[in-house]
Amino acid sequence: MTDKKGIYIHIPFCVKKCSYCDFLSAPAPEEERMAYVEWVKKEIQVYKSCGYRADTVFFGGGTPSLLSAEALEELMGEVREAFDIEADAEITVECNPETVEEKKLAVMRRAGINRVSFGLQSTLDQELRLLGRIHNYKRFLESYQMARRAGFDNINVDLMSAIPGQTEDSWERTLREVISLQPEHISAYSLILEEGTPFYERQKELALPDEEEERRMYYRTREFLAQAGYERYEISNYAKPSFACRHNRKYWTGQEYIGLGLGASSYLHGTRFHNPSLMEEYHRDCRNLPALRREEERLSAKRQMEEFCFLGLRLTEGISKTDFEERFGMPIEAVYKNVLDYYLKFKLLKEQGDRIFLTDRGIDVSNQVFAAFLLE
Amino acid sequence: MEQSKIRNFCIIAHIDHGKSTLADRIIEKTGLLTEREMQAQVLDNMELERERGITIKAQAVRIVYKAQDGEEYIFNLIDTPGHVDFNYEVSRSLAACDGAVLVVDAAQGIEAQTLANVYLALDHDLEVLPVINKIDLPSAEPERVIEEIEDVIGLEAHDAPQISAKTGLHVEDVLEQIVKRLPAPKGDPDAPLQALIFDSVYDSYKGVIVFFRVKEGRVSKGTKVKMMASNAVYEVVEVGYFGAGQFIPCEELTAGMVGYLTASIKNVKDTTVGDTITDAQNPCKEPLPGYKKVNPMVYCGMYPADGAKYPDLRDALEKLQLNDASLQFEPETSMALGFGFRCGFLGLLHLEIIQERLEREYNLDLVTTAPGVVYKVHKTNGEVIELTNPSNLPNPSEIDYMEEPMVSAEIMVTTEFIGPIMDLCQERRGVYLGMEYMEETRALLKYDLPLNEIIYDFFDALKSRSRGYASFDYDMKGYAKSELVKLDILINKEEVDALSFIVYSGTAYERGRRMCEKLKEEIPRHLFEIPIQAAIGSKVIARETVKAMRKDVLAKCYGGDISRKRKLLEKQKEGKKRMRQVGNVEIPQQAFMSVLKLDDR
Repeated sequence: MTDKKGIYIHIPFCVKKCSYCDFLSAPAPEEERMAYVEWVKKEIQVYKSCGYRADTVFFGGGTPSLLSAEALEELMGEVREAFDIEADAEITVECNPETVEEKKLAVMRRAGINRVSFGLQSTLDQELRLLGRIHNYKRFLESYQMARRAGFDNINVDLMSAIPGQTEDSWERTLREVISLQPEHISAYSLILEEGTPFYERQKELALPDEEEERRMYYRTREFLAQAGYERYEISNYAKPSFACRHNRKYWTGQEYIGLGLGASSYLHGTRFHNPSLMEEYHRDCRNLPALRREEERLSAKRQMEEFCFLGLRLTEGISKTDFEERFGMPIEAVYKNVLDYYLKFKLLKEQGDRIFLTDRGIDVSNQVFAAFLLE
Repeated sequence: MEQSKIRNFCIIAHIDHGKSTLADRIIEKTGLLTEREMQAQVLDNMELERERGITIKAQAVRIVYKAQDGEEYIFNLIDTPGHVDFNYEVSRSLAACDGAVLVVDAAQGIEAQTLANVYLALDHDLEVLPVINKIDLPSAEPERVIEEIEDVIGLEAHDAPQISAKTGLHVEDVLEQIVKRLPAPKGDPDAPLQALIFDSVYDSYKGVIVFFRVKEGRVSKGTKVKMMASNAVYEVVEVGYFGAGQFIPCEELTAGMVGYLTASIKNVKDTTVGDTITDAQNPCKEPLPGYKKVNPMVYCGMYPADGAKYPDLRDALEKLQLNDASLQFEPETSMALGFGFRCGFLGLLHLEIIQERLEREYNLDLVTTAPGVVYKVHKTNGEVIELTNPSNLPNPSEIDYMEEPMVSAEIMVTTEFIGPIMDLCQERRGVYLGMEYMEETRALLKYDLPLNEIIYDFFDALKSRSRGYASFDYDMKGYAKSELVKLDILINKEEVDALSFIVYSGTAYERGRRMCEKLKEEIPRHLFEIPIQAAIGSKVIARETVKAMRKDVLAKCYGGDISRKRKLLEKQKEGKKRMRQVGNVEIPQQAFMSVLKLDDR
């Protein structure tokens, strides 16, 4: 375990809400975005006295690239002031292809940002329109090349399968086209219908692929990406060797992270909490960390064991029995013998040396396996 | 109050012939309640009864009537249930009465069930006073009905009041005739106490409230009373009589009176209905004859949805049994459902009412197994078993033959639906006995039907095939030899005892097939494929398959999602806990009950 934390900064703004999106994000005028940046800077400053070290920073959203180059630079400046950021830290900004420009990328580079994550979703404009995306594929290509020219050598592309109207063929085409660009990292998600989204409301009329088709797309994804040199390291994440996202790995391996900004979640000193998701409350309390914390929950040893398993098993490498024993002072079998035996027998889990991980079939029904790891 | 001024009576009527309405009018005319206080139907004070429009529990009300002779009379009006399922309760109510008012619909005349209750009343030596109701209807034929009463029952009916309970017309005549024609109670107020318990309710403050009729002697606050069957002795805390919907305490109850007592009785078993109350210090020689025990006709298993609630279910059943001795139960264990009770009921309506009361009044979540009737199994060794639980069926090689209970049914239907209803009876193995035209547009169909064909969804089917126009009544009619088999349901190759039932061999295949289809809908997908089979002995007669779960995966789980993800997993695990585990398969509670209502084609 490392004492180096991950820093997450939430930018809850976008140009337009997508039809499937349930993130804390909405369009807002320039002044509001500027004001928000000031409040986040205040929150960051409060951490100055803590002396925390961090080796990953992640600007997520919403659309962080919607902020001005200066705003991003200032935020980065405050982060470096408040935290001890490692020299080789991974610093990511999520970008919407439509909001990227040369100058902004150059400033980001100068601020030490070394990874961009593009929300592309599909290379077919027809599918993009259906998702409610504001960009087209051509605009993405321009932005992608711009980023390369600006010197970004660690780029992620987000893709989405099982979207309405998609076929296995069209999904393959998206994969092929993205592979040809050779990004270092690809996140390929199956569409989740989240309550409260337009897609959720309209699901009956959407031409969604059935479960069987969805799974075929999922299997095809791994096959295709493996051939192209991308290894699946988490249920929906693929990377070229050594390019797995270090920040996101923290979530699955029980490491600490500090969430800054509206609604952002933290895991610090064994406690989970999140910031308020109402702008008014966030504004009021951004200088007062204790007042800012919502749903603070100290994780008991049992809860930590549960999370160790149901988060760790999302990773292709799974969980390490030695790690479990070192962390909790008892062998994993002492707690989970029945669960392990059962799912190993049904071949949803596999054991290899020190590691236990989900099989392909195990991934398909992973929630069933994870639920079994809950203790009482 | 002098004995000669007391009248204890009940009202006998066929369902819908206006009993509750007449009771309301009597209460209204006697002036005990103002019109404002009148609820629509004072006697039917249970929520359930109101919804179903039938009277279930025996209840009583004491009213004061100033007669034309200038004297005040006390009327104890004791309510009786009208449905065939509640014959036993009728018998209890009658035992507390000296007379009965027989209400007959001026248009419809006497119905079979009314007749049964009249005979019951005559058996109890009650004086029966006929009343012709609904004479305001255009189709009323009072003269024909009067003749019918005289011919069929042999009661003098020429001066029977001709009334409309609905409009209140001539209701005074009924009151006067109650005074003149019904007898006053007899009994010696100075003899040792002898009182018959005809009902009781449990009150969380006062304990058991015992309803009784004093036959001999007197009882007041402080009397040490003994329940003769249970030998329990209590000191009376309060005696009183029944106001409309409330208890009114009084000093003393004497021979001929109807009332209640409380005595801090906590144990409901100490005061069984039909028992005799006497004075512990000056006991009477013999208890009064109790009621004829009525045997349950329909049985099913009742299990608490939450196994930990087993003691609660037992307590609730005990309390219900307190004033419903016809409800029987004994503990049983099911592999699939755990600990519960095999309960016996007078009929399906009785079952449904008990089930609803357990759920509404006692907040219990129940899993009920398929209701069955009592089969007689004649074994090759000459032994005869009365089978109430299909799981106890002996090995087929030991069975010589089996018998099932039959009913004679009367179905009233408008003529346009005669065809569909006859088809229905045919499908349910009915034997056609005849048809009578009541009017040009209405006919009465008579069938003999096996009881087990009408305890599932017959009533629903009847209603749906007649668009709600058919009405149905039945009487038990002994046992008949029948080709019966036990149908077992296997889920993932394991027999689920709670789903087994006895069925006529000719319809076993169809029933098995529909059970499997229904269960396929109810059982969620598992990690593995689940075969559902219906079998008779070792022979599988139907099969369905619940396919293995294809997908249950969440694509995203980042820092902000973890707490939500945990909640989702917890919910998933919680859902499984509420299911019943049979082998590796989790079966929702609902599945055990939905198979009771296999859709009528």
